[in-house]
Amino acid sequence: MPLFTFRKQSMTDNDYAVTLENLTRKFGDFTAVDDVSFSVNRGEIFGFLGANGAGKSTTIRMLCGILKPTSGRGIVGGVDISRTPEKVKSFIGYMSQKFSLYDDLTVEENLNFFAGIYGVKNRKDAVNRAIESAGLAGREKKMTGSLPVGWKQQLSLASAVMHNPDILFLDEPTSGVDPVSRRKFWETIRAKSDDGTTVFVTTHYMTEAEYCDRLSIMRAGKVIALGSPDELKRKNDRDTLEDVFVSLVQQTGDTR
Amino acid sequence: MSTVVRVQGLTKSFKEVQAVKGISFDVAKGEVFGLVGPDGAGKTTAMRILAAILAPDRGSAEILGMDTTSSREKIHDRIAYMSQRFGLYQDLTVEENIRFYADMYGVEKKQQESGIKKLLNWSSLTQFRKRPAGKLSGGMKQKLGLACALVHTPELLLLDEPTNGVDPVSRKEFWNLLYKLVDEGLTIIMTTAYLDEAERCHRLAFMNKGEITARGTPGEIVRLIPGGVYKFKSDNPFEESNLVSSKTGAVSTVFGSQVHVMGDVTEQDIQTTVGRSVQISKTQGSVEDAFVYLSETVYDR
Repeated sequence: MPLFTFRKQSMTDNDYAVTLENLTRKFGDFTAVDDVSFSVNRGEIFGFLGANGAGKSTTIRMLCGILKPTSGRGIVGGVDISRTPEKVKSFIGYMSQKFSLYDDLTVEENLNFFAGIYGVKNRKDAVNRAIESAGLAGREKKMTGSLPVGWKQQLSLASAVMHNPDILFLDEPTSGVDPVSRRKFWETIRAKSDDGTTVFVTTHYMTEAEYCDRLSIMRAGKVIALGSPDELKRKNDRDTLEDVFVSLVQQTGDTR
Repeated sequence: MSTVVRVQGLTKSFKEVQAVKGISFDVAKGEVFGLVGPDGAGKTTAMRILAAILAPDRGSAEILGMDTTSSREKIHDRIAYMSQRFGLYQDLTVEENIRFYADMYGVEKKQQESGIKKLLNWSSLTQFRKRPAGKLSGGMKQKLGLACALVHTPELLLLDEPTNGVDPVSRKEFWNLLYKLVDEGLTIIMTTAYLDEAERCHRLAFMNKGEITARGTPGEIVRLIPGGVYKFKSDNPFEESNLVSSKTGAVSTVFGSQVHVMGDVTEQDIQTTVGRSVQISKTQGSVEDAFVYLSETVYDR
């Protein structure tokens, strides 16, 4: 059963949801993102891995239209992020580890607030649907600050997808969430991807990376590996993604 | 071996919520002890009582032979507490941050120089000592936090989810640093939501709804899963996992494209429920499997 019933709009009919062509971002003489190229298929769960400081957040900020690239191109949902970054925001959802929720609003008030920001039509229906999909029925009037981390995370996700975005950016979405809640979260994400939503996710936890269709690993601003979890393990002759990651990233160490 | 921590019947409520319900455990010198459990299990509350920040309603916690309620100050001189939000001063340099904590803890000036040098060296932060903390990567910030927490050479280190948001390479390095300290006799109690980390502890206590429901070495915890773990690969892992657990009453979870099944179930049951020919393998399981099993059986069934 689809979680969201309203029609996907905004996306043009190309096969890729996200394309990076020689994308580069410099801060002074420091190159945070260095000539990065890859594409993400529509409906794919794409994992974006790398050591702290490897350039992941800078890349995501560019793709979300928050930061301008120094050179190269980024196409998100058919829109060029250098030319019309403001357009990107209408069809993407963004959720980060620092849940952008108001602790002193109730669950329902938070959802209402985000529905308002995104200009969602039939707000009441959308909020009810979000409560349902997040498994928060019966908790509508609870103060957000009093919720356990796992519930907050579900609420945060529900807020980020109020406007039914085509592409969802998740920046370390399950940091500090226990395994049972994490599994529920990924079940929701998988359902979204089955409905056609593209999911672009960063994580430091390889048990999560296992849920992705494809992964890229960044080191010092460059993408050094790309493939499905099984492909990466085979290619690097390692049994676990953790070992793959450590062996690839440790070669130089990321001390930037 | 001497006992560093002795917890007896510890109980703490917040308004109507009983966060910790009469837990007891001992931790010996040089041990790495992990408190694991679902969100809201009471781990952080327990840690804050151990850190002598919060007083229990009933029961007691003794740290290095001192009671956490009556000997707060003395305990603070001899332990360190590092939470996820460790207070680093973003605009102070690495070295200035460590010095600030040294002053705060009243470390004598004479000892500061050699102590700071040693900590910088131990954490491999020497070459970054002039960099503002705000400009460090997540992994380095965490190492600096640890260095600051250790500036007064504590005997017990309390870590509350110390590696959230830290990449695998930095986490590995963090653990190597911790083990160096343990070799020197430091005792560590930590909480974590990541069970691959729990595997690195000497002993674990599994908390759920305020109580300790299982305890032992990681190996012992894994053996609490009766009959091991069945695994099979699936294109629709969540669907098939839910199907198996609802039809057979077994506990099932998903790891990537693998379905794990635990509990009172046979290979044939799984085969029949899934309704296709699947290749099932059987293993002992991991602490993460045990976590899911314990979370879903003890109270929810």
